[in-house]
Amino acid sequence: MSHGAAPAASRGPREWSHDQLAKIDVILAKYPTKQSAIMPVLWLAQDDFGWLDLDVMRLVARTLQIPPSHVHAVASFYTMFKKVPTGRYVIDVCQTLSCALVGAEAIIAHLERVLEPDAHGNSKDGLFTLHKVECLASCGSGPMMQVNEHFYEFLTPDSVDQIIHGLRSGNPLPTPRPEANEWQWAPRS
Amino acid sequence: MGPKILSANWDVPGSHTLDVARSRGTYSRLAKAFSLQPSEITQVVKDSGLRGRGGAGFPTGMKWSFVPSKEKRGGKPVYLLCNADESEPGTFKDRYCMWLDPHLLIEGMIIAAWALDCHTAYIYIRGEFRFIQERLDAAVAEAYAAGLLGKNILGSGFDFDLHVHLGAGAYICGEETALISSLEGEKGQPKLKPPFPAVEGAWKAPTVVNNVETLAAVPWILENGAAAYKALGTEKAPGTKLFSVSGHVNKPGVYEIPMGMPMRQFLDEVCGGVKGGKKLKAIIPGGSSVPVMTADEVDKCSMDYESINANAGSYLGSGGFIVMDETTDMVAALTNLLRFYAHESCGQCTPCREGCGWMYQILCRVRDGYATPEDLGTLRDLADNIHSKTICFFGASAAMPVQSFLTKFRDEFLQRVQRPAGSMTVVASAPIAAGGA
Repeated sequence: MSHGAAPAASRGPREWSHDQLAKIDVILAKYPTKQSAIMPVLWLAQDDFGWLDLDVMRLVARTLQIPPSHVHAVASFYTMFKKVPTGRYVIDVCQTLSCALVGAEAIIAHLERVLEPDAHGNSKDGLFTLHKVECLASCGSGPMMQVNEHFYEFLTPDSVDQIIHGLRSGNPLPTPRPEANEWQWAPRS
Repeated sequence: MGPKILSANWDVPGSHTLDVARSRGTYSRLAKAFSLQPSEITQVVKDSGLRGRGGAGFPTGMKWSFVPSKEKRGGKPVYLLCNADESEPGTFKDRYCMWLDPHLLIEGMIIAAWALDCHTAYIYIRGEFRFIQERLDAAVAEAYAAGLLGKNILGSGFDFDLHVHLGAGAYICGEETALISSLEGEKGQPKLKPPFPAVEGAWKAPTVVNNVETLAAVPWILENGAAAYKALGTEKAPGTKLFSVSGHVNKPGVYEIPMGMPMRQFLDEVCGGVKGGKKLKAIIPGGSSVPVMTADEVDKCSMDYESINANAGSYLGSGGFIVMDETTDMVAALTNLLRFYAHESCGQCTPCREGCGWMYQILCRVRDGYATPEDLGTLRDLADNIHSKTICFFGASAAMPVQSFLTKFRDEFLQRVQRPAGSMTVVASAPIAAGGA
């Protein structure tokens, strides 16, 4: 069950661009029913509008001819659909067993020290949102975190500092693993 | 360690591109597939003894044969869904199958689709794998451009469309009926079986849901024959399996081995043994949902479904092999897992929705030194009353870790609740194990 917060205040009614409508047509052609397009269209909306407020959900509902309540039910079930605004960089740090066995707690504590997140996980400068999440299928390379789409693995406090400092300085996200196609790992010091 | 069936191309540079894949023989099995009757392919898969690699270990050929014949389907299509929602804690093999050899999966899906008379398939991939989805999308586009997907594949007259569907963060969508609900644009909540998906699945049509690793094994089986596959592994668990190894081990990673290797040999020789020369305390052999094993049980088991079940009462599951050394706090480890289940329960069935959260709360008290001996009884009661009393297997998956940890590491739990009143220390912030320090 999602434990996300309720949708925040409206940013005003939304409309699709021509480009977005063309993408929606491509999505609809993949499925036998319009309802099946909910998740891909919500992803499209989230990518373009930043997050899913009620007006965005209403737009999705109208487009797919589905009750708004159903779109809201779907959006609220899945944790990756953002029902509240987030920072530019969403940091999902894994806290599940395999990562915890190799030191995830220390990494989480370090992230909390560095980012000083509020109750919603947002850093003071608004650049980051920190979520403690469950298993991201990176168990052999923990501790790990996902920043936006990218996985960062074998984290140490130093490597976390480098990533956070780089992003605060306006650098792009560093190249993530698996840059070297590694899937087996020899001992690391 | 025997032949590589699933990971043979993983260390070839550019293995995810069509050119390299073709140079390695991928898609070369399609001609043979199209020369056979669909039922003949299902028979080969049946004869091979291939079992579902997602966790349940159900015979794949049998699953395919449950799809009703064309006459009985009344004009309904057949759908093939590839379950790439890899979310079972401790499991990270499908991620590399898709990242390093997406074309092998696509080839397996084309062959399976031909066998099933299926013309539309979906790969349901978890939302956190968007970076892999991009690579899959690129591979699918390459396959379309090369005439390997779409209309009249390789002049066979067979039409087949393949789409990638992105999830959005819900463990339960790895359960096949929840995956179908999610694909249909619903909340990812499981449905009662029967009807089984093979009879009535996605959009009420016959649907086969197979794991990534299962489908990726199909081209090799078709090329080399059922007998060659059966020659690997054990009698009841033929072939090779990918194991995801994590925790307190020297060489974590994904390993492809024939089924049946002694577990101790796998741990010591393949995975490099327990990290730091420490003693082994426990292993979870098949992803977080299967019962935990003690070090003694590890010595009795081999890496196949039957041995793990007979000698340790556990399951091979997804092959998520989590190693815990002697410093591991088993109470904290179980508490960690129950937080996972409490978070991921879909909320549909009362025993699971209420019970998982309740078990987690009790475990937090046990871990932190506030619990009484009666709490352990309540915990056991809860687990027993969730197991098998829910629509899907999630309830059992949350109950089995609790039941097995309580039974096999009873002393650690008793110690936590039997300290004299007033002597409790709060240890919530302590690490689960020294292994990561």
